[in-house]
Amino acid sequence: MTRIIAWGVFLLGCLYFLLPLVGMTEFSLRMRRGEYSFDAYRVVFGDPRFWDTFSYSLILSGATILVGVFLVVPTAYWVRLKLPQARPFVEFVTLLPLVIPAIVIVFGYIRLYNTSSFLPLTGSALGTDILLTMGYTTLALPYMYRSVDTGLRTIDVATLTEAAQSLGAGWITILGRIILPNVMIAVLSGAFLTLAIVMGEFTMAALLNRPAFGPYMQLIGANRAYEPPALAVIAFALTWGCMGLMQLVARLAKHERAKA
Amino acid sequence: MAEGPIRRAARRLPLEWLGILPFAVFAVLFLILPTLRIVTGAFQDASGTFTLQNLIDLNTPSIRNAYWTSIRLSLITAALGCAVGFAMSAAVVFGGLPRGLRSPLLTFSGVASNFAGVPLAFAFIATLGPAGLITVWLRTEFGINLRAMGFNLLSFWGLVVTYLFFQIPLMILIITPALDGLKREWREAAEVLGATRAQYWRMVALPILFPSLLGTFALLFANAFGAVATAFALTGPQLNIVPIKLFAQIRGDVLGNPNLGFALAFGMIVITVIANTLYIWLRVRSERWLK
Repeated sequence: MTRIIAWGVFLLGCLYFLLPLVGMTEFSLRMRRGEYSFDAYRVVFGDPRFWDTFSYSLILSGATILVGVFLVVPTAYWVRLKLPQARPFVEFVTLLPLVIPAIVIVFGYIRLYNTSSFLPLTGSALGTDILLTMGYTTLALPYMYRSVDTGLRTIDVATLTEAAQSLGAGWITILGRIILPNVMIAVLSGAFLTLAIVMGEFTMAALLNRPAFGPYMQLIGANRAYEPPALAVIAFALTWGCMGLMQLVARLAKHERAKA
Repeated sequence: MAEGPIRRAARRLPLEWLGILPFAVFAVLFLILPTLRIVTGAFQDASGTFTLQNLIDLNTPSIRNAYWTSIRLSLITAALGCAVGFAMSAAVVFGGLPRGLRSPLLTFSGVASNFAGVPLAFAFIATLGPAGLITVWLRTEFGINLRAMGFNLLSFWGLVVTYLFFQIPLMILIITPALDGLKREWREAAEVLGATRAQYWRMVALPILFPSLLGTFALLFANAFGAVATAFALTGPQLNIVPIKLFAQIRGDVLGNPNLGFALAFGMIVITVIANTLYIWLRVRSERWLK
């Protein structure tokens, strides 16, 4: 009896999740009248704006990941090693982006960093890109921090640090050559999640007026019929790829540990 | 010679705190100051003097309606997301389904919970929109006209159906480890003492799960409350919910008063902060009860 109900619940759930995926795939193939074709994908891939916005978002994801790693790894390490009393503050800050909606944060940016402010970041394209990268870093912060902090928990931070120090290593060597390689799996898994978040992000990029992939998709969605589902399929494949890489990295890590 | 006093002074200063200085600077510049700017802006008029007028001006039918719709949308999608996610997770963990289904479900949930925003809206338009797969199939095969039955994807309930696509997986991701944490011994002990299945759930399992259920509910609420992209790509700027209204306000001052925009955003902060405080308070209470 329980098993029948369980199967029913599970299959109904699967139906709900599969139908939109089937729907978007089917719709994206319908561009040519009367037969299925990849015309919509051809149009999408033939659009230079697709490649421009896609590579723009890709570069920004890279920047976001770099900023995130440089910000989170030393902080999480330091909190664990020397400043356990700062943990509540740091954890509170890393959870803030889950409480304050992204649209409110970016609204604050626009008002705080406008051309007449002490830090006129929105005055130039580069400044706005930096601001957007920082915005994305805040969005990724909860995931990045938790991932790295969990990674640090599995290694003996204090002993590793003392061993490195007694061999004459400075802080930069310790962080770059001891700590970072040890939490690489956690960093990579945070990085892939960041990539997935940044590639599809719409609100911040749209309000800061930057040519990112999210606003491009929205623009196509408002004006075309068959290209949007094709873009949805591409975006879904991208998300799937990021999550797949995350799992792969985690599995490889388990393998390594088993060998060691 | 001069080194002595300096070193002594340095020892008195808590130098370890310098280690998190970069993080603190980042947090102040890109999280705390922007939020404070919104909060102070909500209490200022155009010339910068203190006023409560912006908050009073929020009390128009259109803005009240936007808040009410947003709160309802977030509550309903969080509740349904929790219920359905819990059911699916429980089906896999306790329902006697093959163990092999578990890992694909969790992987898929990871993907689906991140598949939000603009492309999600496209997927649902292609499925339940006027020319979507299901709409057309129901019309041609069964003569069921969804639109005539009052269903419109570009409406409140359409938004609910769409939001569930990222709400349910998030619930599954969080609650499955919690369900795994329920020890078999607890159930057996309850059974030995003569508890029925319902009693076990009501008096043992649910109280233990209560904090995580509650936390996920608060998270799902905030998740739906702040979401802009899905709703914007689905319905454009016309749907009257707070994030869409704020989006239009930031882009083009549709309210005709920049400080009213601050007040609108401040209202969003207040609601998410209330939701989270409520969560923390209930969590502390329930954890005390568990001890």
